[in-house]
Amino acid sequence: MADEAHVPKAAPAEGPSEPPPPAETPAPAYLAGLEAAVPGSVTALSYYVGDWTAIVQAEQIVAAATYVRDASDASFDLCSDLTAVDWPLRAERFDVVYCLYSTRLRHRVRLKVRAADGQPVPSVTGVWPGANWFEREVYDMFGIVFDGHPDLRRILMPEDWQGYPQRKDYPLEGPGELLMENPIDWLTLQQAREQADIE
Amino acid sequence: MDTTVHHGAMFDTDELVLNMGPQHPSTHGVLRVVLRLDGETVVDVDVVMGYLHRGIEKLSENRNWTQIVLLTDRMDYVAAATSNVGYCETVEKLMGLEVPRRARYVRTILCELQRIASHCLWVGTHAMDIGAMTVFLYAFRERELILDLFEEFCGARLTYNSMRIGGLPLDIPPGWDKKVLEFCRIMEQKVGEYEELLTHNRIWLERTKGIGVISGPDAAALGLCGPTLRGSGVPRDVRKDEPYAAYDEMAFDVPVGTAGDTYDRYLVRMEEFRQSLRIIRQATEGLPEGPIVGKVPRLIKPAAGETYHAIESPKGELGYFIVSDGKSTNPYRFRVRPPSLCNLQGLRRLVKGHLVADVVALIGSIDIVLGEVDR
Repeated sequence: MADEAHVPKAAPAEGPSEPPPPAETPAPAYLAGLEAAVPGSVTALSYYVGDWTAIVQAEQIVAAATYVRDASDASFDLCSDLTAVDWPLRAERFDVVYCLYSTRLRHRVRLKVRAADGQPVPSVTGVWPGANWFEREVYDMFGIVFDGHPDLRRILMPEDWQGYPQRKDYPLEGPGELLMENPIDWLTLQQAREQADIE
Repeated sequence: MDTTVHHGAMFDTDELVLNMGPQHPSTHGVLRVVLRLDGETVVDVDVVMGYLHRGIEKLSENRNWTQIVLLTDRMDYVAAATSNVGYCETVEKLMGLEVPRRARYVRTILCELQRIASHCLWVGTHAMDIGAMTVFLYAFRERELILDLFEEFCGARLTYNSMRIGGLPLDIPPGWDKKVLEFCRIMEQKVGEYEELLTHNRIWLERTKGIGVISGPDAAALGLCGPTLRGSGVPRDVRKDEPYAAYDEMAFDVPVGTAGDTYDRYLVRMEEFRQSLRIIRQATEGLPEGPIVGKVPRLIKPAAGETYHAIESPKGELGYFIVSDGKSTNPYRFRVRPPSLCNLQGLRRLVKGHLVADVVALIGSIDIVLGEVDR
């Protein structure tokens, strides 16, 4: 009988589903304004279950964030959430997601930035001071470095932790105690296991 | 005999680093606060957390959509039903599910009961931190009544697992709505009792007025939320701005403060007790008949896509960002935006320049639950 535990799950998707906005739903004016004010910043727009998402060039995220905070028809003064998603099969592996909210106009938008492993993303702590701990958490959990962050340290995991737990290739049960105590032995053991799997 | 007194050496003004927590009664859990002190004045503070990190986000990405409801209980464990509602509504938004009106009403009642329970715990511990023991005993007495109501509804007292995607697991037991109304009648008087003990109490005023002042725009920029933000005069309430459950059919006011200090945050939460009672009365008296679960597929498997949905938990804006890849029966990415974490981030800004004793008042004032901060 086939061992069910070893049947691979459905192959992971290469990236998120980002359906383009339907023709009958016009994009909010500030997204066109963002493209005009920061040329070349918006690479795509997406609309799904009532949420607008703009995919922004990583280098221009600070300029784009400043624009959507200050433009009178956007005025996103609250960085509601900042997180990341890992798509290990894609070349630009990470999505950094900014969920924004305007306390004056009461609307929402999401900005999204793509980043490769090891590629730093400019920090938006200068635009929204509240993004500070969110970026620390993304660094802690995904290993994405934020350029210009005032205090980039681990926040939830211990300071000497090895690896980034929210990455998809990080095991759910954790690396075990061996990794914490002796990373070299752990690596040898991992390689031996992989070798055994191949054989 | 040399009688010269060396003042310089005796009264040295070095800064002192003081560790508060993780085992400290006023940190409301396992929070460690490293204070840099000049005498008794706080110069700077570093907040260290993660002692309660259980990896709920990672774990949820490896459980199916129904099992996650149970995990959300373990975040804000003094308001578990609110976390349940937030998660279920996010998945419903992702799948485009319609929730029956009766279920939405019961959700509203449960959320508001939780708000009162959470605020009871807050007012009790906050007052006890500052030195008023009586309020703690009073508030826990009323919280017990709410826990009894929840026990009757779903069998549990703390971690309820009280929601299902698309509706409710159970209808309310017979006669439960009468008990809720009876509780509202009792609670109305008790809130007055708490206020008699604190609102005009000289010691309370001295300890809370002008402590941890933050202006509205600063508070919004720092990402503060919930009563902590409303205490600074920003009328931001998810229940009003982006109505969920049955809040669009309820009449209630959003209390806001003016000074943005600890006392105003206290007043806002006291008024929220009354507004919550008002909502519970309306929802219970107008509870419609009908089904409690909508048309939900047997296997929950949302199409590929992502969404962010927020609700107003007792602590503030509780958001869920969920990505589904449309292939597997578990979420691809499950992210919680914990209001306690955002409010805790403001602590550094609030305590600078205050005394060590005020740190205790301020940790109480922002109302955090470490289970939610660390997840």
